[in-house]
Amino acid sequence: MVAPPISADLALPEVLKESGQREVFCGLTSIVWLHRRMPDAFFLVVGSRTCAHLIQSAAGVMIFAEPRFGTAILGERDLAGLADANDELDRLVRELLERRPEIRTLFLVGSCPSEVIKLDLQRAAERLSAQLAGRVRVLNYSGSGIETTFTQGEDHALMAMLPLMPSSDEDQLLIVGTLADAVEDRFRLLFERMGVPRVRSLPPRRSTELPPVGAGTRLLLAQPFLSGTARALVHRGAKLIESPYPFGVEGSRLWMEAAAAAFGLAPAAVAAVLDPLEVRGRRALEPHRRALEGRRLFLLPDSQMEIPLARFLARECGMDLVEVGTPYLDRQLMAAEMALLPAGTRLSEGQDVEKQLERVRAERPDLVVCGLGLANPLEAEGIATKWSIELVFSPIHGCDQAGELAELFARPLHRRQLLSFV
Amino acid sequence: MELTLWTYEGPPHVGAMRIASSMEGVHYVLHAPQGDTYADLLFTMIERRNRRPPVTYTTFQARDLGGDTAELVKRTIKAAVDRFQPEALLVGESCTAELIQDQPGSLAHGMDLGGVPVVSLELPAYSKKENWGAAESFYQLVRGLLKEQMPAPGFVKPSPQRWRQEGRRPRVNLLGPSLLGFRCRDDVLEISKLLASHGIEVSVVAPLGARPADLMRLPEADANVCLYAEVAGTVCSWLERSFGMATVKTVPIGIGATGDFLKEISELLGVEIGATNEAESRLPWYSRSVDSTYLTGKRVFIFADATHALAAARIASQELGFEVVGLGTYSREQAREVRAAAKELGLEALISDDYLAVEKAMAEAAPELVLGTQMERHSAKRLGIPCAVISSPLHVQDVPARYSPQMGWEGANVIFDSWVHPLMMGLEEHLIGMFRHDFEFVDGHRSHLGDGAPATVPVAAPAAAPSADPWHGGAAAQVATLQSGHTATATLVAEPLAEPVVAVAAEPIQAVDTAVAGPPVWTPDGEAELHKIPFFVRGKVRRNTEAFAAERGLARIDAETLYDAKAHFSR
Repeated sequence: MVAPPISADLALPEVLKESGQREVFCGLTSIVWLHRRMPDAFFLVVGSRTCAHLIQSAAGVMIFAEPRFGTAILGERDLAGLADANDELDRLVRELLERRPEIRTLFLVGSCPSEVIKLDLQRAAERLSAQLAGRVRVLNYSGSGIETTFTQGEDHALMAMLPLMPSSDEDQLLIVGTLADAVEDRFRLLFERMGVPRVRSLPPRRSTELPPVGAGTRLLLAQPFLSGTARALVHRGAKLIESPYPFGVEGSRLWMEAAAAAFGLAPAAVAAVLDPLEVRGRRALEPHRRALEGRRLFLLPDSQMEIPLARFLARECGMDLVEVGTPYLDRQLMAAEMALLPAGTRLSEGQDVEKQLERVRAERPDLVVCGLGLANPLEAEGIATKWSIELVFSPIHGCDQAGELAELFARPLHRRQLLSFV
Repeated sequence: MELTLWTYEGPPHVGAMRIASSMEGVHYVLHAPQGDTYADLLFTMIERRNRRPPVTYTTFQARDLGGDTAELVKRTIKAAVDRFQPEALLVGESCTAELIQDQPGSLAHGMDLGGVPVVSLELPAYSKKENWGAAESFYQLVRGLLKEQMPAPGFVKPSPQRWRQEGRRPRVNLLGPSLLGFRCRDDVLEISKLLASHGIEVSVVAPLGARPADLMRLPEADANVCLYAEVAGTVCSWLERSFGMATVKTVPIGIGATGDFLKEISELLGVEIGATNEAESRLPWYSRSVDSTYLTGKRVFIFADATHALAAARIASQELGFEVVGLGTYSREQAREVRAAAKELGLEALISDDYLAVEKAMAEAAPELVLGTQMERHSAKRLGIPCAVISSPLHVQDVPARYSPQMGWEGANVIFDSWVHPLMMGLEEHLIGMFRHDFEFVDGHRSHLGDGAPATVPVAAPAAAPSADPWHGGAAAQVATLQSGHTATATLVAEPLAEPVVAVAAEPIQAVDTAVAGPPVWTPDGEAELHKIPFFVRGKVRRNTEAFAAERGLARIDAETLYDAKAHFSR
């Protein structure tokens, strides 16, 4: 099984483009998983009380330790004079790093207010990097809501790390996108068994151990929302492996096969590794497939994982797709996925939440994938929901995770069957 | 610029959302970038609301900034009014929109919206916070709706006792309850019942559950009851100035305060209510009963919004016989009252919105119980101290399914249970103290299923019977578990209490490990003596003793040094 070759002029389904109120998180939210991936990094948002409140609320629970992210809240004085704001930022960073000597990389994260007042965080990062040379590297990117939604924050964070990646033409497979550590270990092991010479990851587990990039790099995206990073890596000489994303048995298999093919590995050796995984994965899927088959699914735009998830739920779990929304559609990175969607799937890009909810009510789907702000109101209208934020916090990639991934969607339906108040 | 890790309050527009979401028939158009819609989940998740907050966001993006964002605002307002047909429209902006100065309020006033009352909210996002935003929004809304009814200057104040002439029952408004406030839903019920039992009617409850038309009836009441000053303080003083309406300011949380509340309201309205009957609540008897003897002098640290901090200080010190060892608030607007209350208790109030400063003060006060917000619950958990949540900010578990008010007689019952349960159950503590030398208690409570008694009795263990409640998985259980074995573990036990900041907490441990130069070293008998001190003050004693030894250039701390230090600090 090899993914069909992707050509740019492939006929793509009609996409409903909407603009109106968007019910999405901004890119700052991705700090919640990025800081866990790199325990030696600190994410300092330069923004407002709203930014601080957003991250706190999106994280859902406050963590028992002092967190490795925070907000430098702009005050009226900072708005009045930008020179002061720079001094203030330097002071605050010094104080922060004195208290957190274990930090090796500091990300200055731009927000809506810092972008609007044109606070130059790139220059601030360069200035601070020079001051802290040898101790802490200071990088910057924007996670602002005016430029990024939700998962795009990770794309921007990775792009900020890119200039620090050394150049090397060494043959390697570079997996890009945050994975749960256990899932990542599993993929490495599988690629090793197939005979892939060297596997590296971006972001790395230690912020200072950045992988090299160059002509020998084959770039494999673990997440579908890393458009900017993928293009920048290609610009550095990496070759993008086009494939569906590793959700579900089929997607994961195609993803690993595409990587193996990029190294010219013998299909038989690859199949020997993947065949047992596929059998086991399908077995794990089976009970959830029974629960999901024929059920109608509506995905509201949120994480940019909607299209790959829809493909998995339609093809491997037998769900009927009512509408698949995505905040932003990268046709190139999504081409392999869209080719696998059932013909006639309704795709929507952007959002007008009121109109979209009208469609939800009219269609009465069996399950809606949506953000936390909409979940309880829809449940109260009698529509089962799955919160999309769970998908970025749970280990869902790979053949071995396919059962768990399906279970996330089957659970709300199962729960409805269990409950009875008569 | 100020560094914030966790925050007590959101931005002021979230305060405005609390007002809009608490009411019926109000819609709020918020000029804000995408991402700011996160605030919806505060209501749908924490409050488990079954509908979306009545808020429409413009969700502008970078590409809109080059164009006409004012047009986007107008389009959004028009669409929201058409779709939701509100009885009153709030229009405002979040922090980012404030910077681009589209003046959404003025834009709305210039539009033909079919006569919907429009209230423009200007909430400075870079200097104010959530509670201020809630109070200001509530005030602007009330003022906007009542401006036609305002009496001319020099008007005669209506008498709060005019109900007699008018041949009706006295009636009051209950002002301040809102979503994301602490137990407001149940407080309103409890206070309505309490007032009804004394023949007083509740005219309007607002903002919770009120419609704009209800706000227009506010002046019909004989007085306003300001239940939560954080939200209703501004409105109440405006109604006092502009309509001559008296305000009842006593917050009826606790037995004494509920009595005072009834006294204040009865004198104001001229209602005979007779002696207030404290037996309406079980708290007084429960507090007097012998089981509660163990509550005497329990050290309590209080940090909350001003309303709940003040109430907790009074209940803790007067009605439960606790010792208040720390009192503070993040409500700067009500800081004066909290400072005064702290002074009466011989304390200096902590007025701060930096949770690390609060945690530090908490650790230094070495309390046995923390009464705080969700933030303090986390800090207390880190320090291994039992905690009850008494104020916003909330988590979903602070919006319980059961009836659980804080106010009135039933509120006092709820408070007794929720504060005392985290502490050890009454006599149990005496029993454990009495039997603590028995081997069964060495590893904490042992299962009766017979997993066997330990073969030998560890030397250090019996002396330090935990004083917190092991049933609640607090520090006590941890202490008991960690005690088994060598002395170094005791350092770990003391550590959570000793220091909130990682870097500092590491010091005592290093002092033991790197024995050669510098700080004094604990001898085995010194450590053993230290273990006999209850865990909740052990960290403090350790630090004091080390400071004492260091000052005198002592290389070793033995049992005698510890007693010398104890004598020194007790002077």
